[in-house]
Amino acid sequence: MAEESGDVRELDRVTIRFAGDSGDGSQLAGQQFTNTAAIFGNDVSTVPDYPAEIRAPAGSLPGVSSFQVSFSSHEIYTAGDNPDVLVAMNPAALKTNLPDVPKGSLIIINADEFTEANFRKADYEADPREDGTLAGFRLIQVPITSMNARALKESGLPQRQIDRSKNLFALGVMFWLYERSLEPTLNWIDGKFAKNPQVAEANKTTLKAGFYFGETAELFSEHYRVPKANPRPGKYRNITGNEATALGFLAASQLLKKPLFYASYPITPASDILGELAKYKSFGVKTMQTEDELAAIGAAIGASFGGALGLTGTSGPGLALKSEAIGLAVMTELPVVIANVQRSGPSTGMPSKTEQGDLLQAMFGRNGESPLAIVAPATPAECFEMAIEAFRIATKFMVPTIFLSDGLLGSGSEPWRIPAIEDLPKMDVQHPTDPETFEPYQRDETTLARPWAVPGTPGLEHRIGGLEKSDITGNVRYDAENHERMTRLRAEKVERIADDIPELKIDGEPSGELLVLGWGSTYGAIITAVYRAQADGLSVSAAHLRYLNPFPRNLGDVLSQFERVLIPEMNLGQLLLLIRARYLVDAEGLNRVTGRPMKTADVAAKIETLVRRKVSVA
Amino acid sequence: MTTADQTIKLARKDFVSDQEVRWCPGCGDYSILAQTQKLMPELNIPRENIVFISGIGCNSRLPYYMNTYGFHSIHGRAPTLATGLKAARPELSVWVITGDGDGLSIGGNHLLHIMRRNVDVVIVLFNNRIYGLTKGQYSPTSELGKVTKTSPIGSIDYPVDVCSFALGAGATFVARTLDIDTHHLVTTLERASQHRGTSFVEVLQNCNVYNDGAYKEFADKAVRPDRMIEVEHGKPLIFGKERNKGFRLNGTTAEILDFDNGASVDDALVHDEALEDPTIASILARMDYPELPVAMGVLRAFERPTYDSMMEDQIQEAIKKEGPGDLETILNAGDTWVVE
Repeated sequence: MAEESGDVRELDRVTIRFAGDSGDGSQLAGQQFTNTAAIFGNDVSTVPDYPAEIRAPAGSLPGVSSFQVSFSSHEIYTAGDNPDVLVAMNPAALKTNLPDVPKGSLIIINADEFTEANFRKADYEADPREDGTLAGFRLIQVPITSMNARALKESGLPQRQIDRSKNLFALGVMFWLYERSLEPTLNWIDGKFAKNPQVAEANKTTLKAGFYFGETAELFSEHYRVPKANPRPGKYRNITGNEATALGFLAASQLLKKPLFYASYPITPASDILGELAKYKSFGVKTMQTEDELAAIGAAIGASFGGALGLTGTSGPGLALKSEAIGLAVMTELPVVIANVQRSGPSTGMPSKTEQGDLLQAMFGRNGESPLAIVAPATPAECFEMAIEAFRIATKFMVPTIFLSDGLLGSGSEPWRIPAIEDLPKMDVQHPTDPETFEPYQRDETTLARPWAVPGTPGLEHRIGGLEKSDITGNVRYDAENHERMTRLRAEKVERIADDIPELKIDGEPSGELLVLGWGSTYGAIITAVYRAQADGLSVSAAHLRYLNPFPRNLGDVLSQFERVLIPEMNLGQLLLLIRARYLVDAEGLNRVTGRPMKTADVAAKIETLVRRKVSVA
Repeated sequence: MTTADQTIKLARKDFVSDQEVRWCPGCGDYSILAQTQKLMPELNIPRENIVFISGIGCNSRLPYYMNTYGFHSIHGRAPTLATGLKAARPELSVWVITGDGDGLSIGGNHLLHIMRRNVDVVIVLFNNRIYGLTKGQYSPTSELGKVTKTSPIGSIDYPVDVCSFALGAGATFVARTLDIDTHHLVTTLERASQHRGTSFVEVLQNCNVYNDGAYKEFADKAVRPDRMIEVEHGKPLIFGKERNKGFRLNGTTAEILDFDNGASVDDALVHDEALEDPTIASILARMDYPELPVAMGVLRAFERPTYDSMMEDQIQEAIKKEGPGDLETILNAGDTWVVE
């Protein structure tokens, strides 16, 4: 994997984890490293891990925040199971992250923070540098705090402000170690601190000081080069899932030529979507920060009734609060979209940690028979196209649609090949205007969608609501036969969406010994493990569901072509339950609920136990 | 169906839907429905631009009986749908129909927030001081000690004063009226419809099945002049069958003036509905029989920019400043790189 060339070693993939106090700026350092690597041409994938507390006590174990970036000379699908390099800004960061770091890895610590007081805060009984804790690791000690302070002695900034720049000193060291240009970060600093040139200058000074320190100090015997990856030609930007989600909804509004109305109550990890969409006012996007989750879905439904693209976003507990109103959208058949960025549950759970625990809530979490459409992106960048899909389906079928993301997708990032406008899907929406032919619940023959008649249209005045509707007229009606017909019509309408979505694609042979079936953010871990197994000659294929209700038409056929089916999920087996119930397939689960991403190694190990033999390769 | 034509004046019948009204015979809701339908043609708003949104409760069936656009939503949430609709479509005339249970119990939070935001809608709250649809449980406006199915030896909940709540929430138009005083009812609704901003109207409404005589002690025609006081902007607060009593404030204490015993009309408080400070309006709102006459009419009518108009203004301002948004530009924003 490594090729010696003097003091520069070439590597094909490196995973770095920046860790420190949540106020230490590890997220920022990681993001800047990511952008620089991406602009250079590496494939990158990131995952942040931060505490739910904004500022836990300095130096304490719960206060540790980290950002992991993996960059590579080939295509990668995850931010890596384990870091090759850990940058630990204090003893607590070392202690919480060390279990993930394999022996032999490089650990760079901020030596200034390795003090008796900080050992106590990190529950270290002795200095971990001296008691054997770090035996087998390559430890590099850099006095980051004091070097930064020295670099900025002349800056005229107060000490507090100077200390806040130390992450940039550390970043400078990492840029030297991995032969990266400082330009992107220098430009970013100029833009970010345009109104405060003194701070901008200080940040640039310490970034450079870190870089030169790496060059001149004899701490590092070598440095490393990760060549460019060879991605598909095109224009790229690095994007988080939540950013891509917001842009996807914006694009849907532009493509459908309908104003977007987003109502949301702040909730981790979905709040960024509201922040992003609030910037798009010049597109006519209206955003509303509501008093609670119930109001957010209510306002979205009201806007949808008015002919806008009604949208709300939340995370698990918020989805629970919205349940009743989503049922109203099912009954009134309005095209409202609900984005759920899942987090660890139940209840408040672990707000900043990821999970896939809301699939069954999305499917069934309402009273009565209340089917709706569910789509789920598999990667951060894919949030863009699946957000467009959510509104395409919602408006075409007049059905509430849940967009099921998760914390890992929302905050994780990867390079996104920016689509050309002409390559975006063509979408259209019609509102009835003819009073002679209008009936509120007269359905389209193909889609079973009811007409989307909006207030302001003369002669189409009508009333809708949560009470059972009479077929065709939409008037209130309680008789047995009508209720059964309407219940079945609502279900049939959702089923017919399957005629309008792509078939499930298989990565690998269309039949064989094992199919690894997944959905959502486990994609990276699954596909990496499956490709490795395939390279080892195992009879394993992968398939990833982007449409969870209804399932693609060919799912049953796909499942039947494999001897065994493995479903890895970050829950206790929710897709597994649906697949077993629907297709009577004896599928098996690989279930992890750690609040952290699914690990490639876990999927790979499970595959090993399920596949009996190697396929003879000609 | 008929098409609204601006040149043909619509009549009350044009606002009557084809649905059979299903309230109990004798219910106060009939009067509110009738006066609302009667008012509609007077507003000179195209019928297709009028939307009635309700929650759950007897009152909330009203949209079904109006031949306008309508939405019978879920319990307590009508203000949220109305806010979303009005924000998305500011040109519409949006009416919220709610009740003491729907608006002040399960939906209290939303009622608070729609009023504080000053969303330009009319809210009509039917206050019968009982849960009617669920057959007679005490509501948030039921009096302390009220005996109902769920409070067999008397309710231990203190009631909320509806108009004080609205004033506290910052509603810019607050009025109280009475189901059986049809002239006062329709005039109040008309005033509410003319106000820009949240117009909140409490209608004291009788439930002849589960809370018959809810207001008869002061609202019966025979005693009304002495036990209720009608407030009118710019006029002294005078009441009594003989118009021989008045009202004034001594500090924040309400005092009754007896003109037959030395007090002068000139001492009576002159009602100013346009005050920005809601203190006096709140005092009026909390006056209750038997200590004081119950105040009826427009307690407050003060205008300030509405939520929906400010939202629209921000959009126009952004377009003026940045030009109309361009999808291609925003997709390509930030740090980008090209792979050849």
